[in-house]
Amino acid sequence: MKQRIEGRIWLFGDNLDTDQLAPGKALTLPWEQRRPRLFPKRPKLVEQLVPGDIIVAGKNFGCGSSREQAVENLQGLGVACVIAESYGRIFFRNAIAHAMPAISCPGISGICAEGDRVRFDWGTFEVNNLTNGNTLSAQPFSDDMIDIIRSGGLLNRMMQIR
Amino acid sequence: MTDPSVAAMTMAEKIFARTSGQATVAPGDYVTAAVDRMMANDAIMLIERFFKKASISKIADPDKLVVVFDHFFPAQTADQADKIAVSVDMLEALGVTHYLGAPGVSHQVMSERGFVRPGQLIMGTDSHSTLYGAFGAAGAGIGGLDMAYLLANGSTWFQVPDTVRFNLRGRMGEAVDSKDIVLHLIGRFGSDYCQYKAIEYAGEVAAAMTMSQRMTVANMGVEFGAKFALFAADQVTIDYLSEVTEDPIAPFGPDPGANYVAEHEVDISGLAPQIACPHSPDNVKAVSDVAGLKIDQAYLGSCTNCRVEDLAVAAQVLKGKKVAKHTRLLVAPASQQVLLDATKAGYVETLVESGAHILAATCGACMGLHSGLLGPSEVCISSTNRNFPGRMGSAEAQLYLASPASVAASAIRGEITDPRDIEH
Repeated sequence: MKQRIEGRIWLFGDNLDTDQLAPGKALTLPWEQRRPRLFPKRPKLVEQLVPGDIIVAGKNFGCGSSREQAVENLQGLGVACVIAESYGRIFFRNAIAHAMPAISCPGISGICAEGDRVRFDWGTFEVNNLTNGNTLSAQPFSDDMIDIIRSGGLLNRMMQIR
Repeated sequence: MTDPSVAAMTMAEKIFARTSGQATVAPGDYVTAAVDRMMANDAIMLIERFFKKASISKIADPDKLVVVFDHFFPAQTADQADKIAVSVDMLEALGVTHYLGAPGVSHQVMSERGFVRPGQLIMGTDSHSTLYGAFGAAGAGIGGLDMAYLLANGSTWFQVPDTVRFNLRGRMGEAVDSKDIVLHLIGRFGSDYCQYKAIEYAGEVAAAMTMSQRMTVANMGVEFGAKFALFAADQVTIDYLSEVTEDPIAPFGPDPGANYVAEHEVDISGLAPQIACPHSPDNVKAVSDVAGLKIDQAYLGSCTNCRVEDLAVAAQVLKGKKVAKHTRLLVAPASQQVLLDATKAGYVETLVESGAHILAATCGACMGLHSGLLGPSEVCISSTNRNFPGRMGSAEAQLYLASPASVAASAIRGEITDPRDIEH
């Protein structure tokens, strides 16, 4: 796990739901067919987004279904990190399970514009907007949550169970 | 309280204290809890893959796991059929005793077969696992990998949530159902109001609700953002469970003096039938405010609202009437048992005579998988739980959520209709 995550951001509002992140009809399709169906309300995004980009969003990101494809699809697109005001709780759990950084940072929407560059630091749990110099504190994780992410997710932890 | 050294706790806190082996827990605490019951639906296909990758060949307690296929049943593709078959082979190899096949939507099946008990901690691979709160059980959804780890390990991490209490006062009016109440609450407070929190529903209206009505409210806890949506287990709960199990069932509720992060008195008297408009469950209005909007489909289904009581309501509204010519009424019972009971009671006959189509007892169109998807220009009123863009087909379709009575009334006129406007 890198100490810092840094990248260009794509901005979303509140309540971005799992039907946008993982449409039901595309759930069992192979990746090549699933990919173009993601974000049906913002269809150009999958072409614009490049690996290492960061999603910044408002409240309740990933609300809705328990489908972990919502997390896996973001990882498939190469999204390095999501930073949101808050999350749908199942999305948040799924993110930890799959070692996808999903950072809760109240106030983040107010300090970011589309295309800004931001940096998240695992050591300080601070989010820096490198474009405008603003800094916010994110909500810390428990040691166990950090350990799950550091070990690469619950699949790796399962391999230790015998 | 018998032991004054132990703090008064909410239902969620009591459940996490017991399952983590501690005398007391407080909101914000991280605990490792032994889960009492696991439910896996078609996500077992993912779990099978994770087990294979991690070389897991046994689960901590095979008797705790209940498996019900409800999403991809009947299979829509040969590939799905094959993945289900592979998963079933794994369940046999793991010695899972409660593999139930596909007798309905998982939460309904769990409930009607007595797998849900007051005071339990229950995790399911479906977000609507909050439904178990109707029985006083802390039910919540988790993903397939989280479940795979839990099954292999027997316990997993949780954060003890704050609890919000809603005291539902007064009484329900004519043609008002528990669906109208939960839609009203989500609309009034917002779909993330209970984010990361447990809800306790109390007050005389909650106490007067049937189990079926409580299941509807608890089911939509997730649309309220909640981790759990609990009702105290009372005589209504005990009476229901005594029909499905011979085990003795004790009441279960919060300690007197427990701490709530917020407590709301909500008067239900005078509430009109409610409807969630596109494209969010918290975009709620009175049905009468959108009455007259032409609909192409009326959908009565899902673990939210297609139990026997719901079909009885719909049959009562539709008795001797016909579904409008330009509208299709689709009915997907919550389980095979529901279909059987509703058939014996004559409700199915009434519905079919009115022009309704009876579908398989599965999730189907509720989550946009099959059997009733909407085209981009179409409008649908549905008794289900979510109306996100694309939830039931095209992202351009307009999906409205309401009670079974409102769905049935709207089907007759072919436009959104307040059930109080239909003469019997």
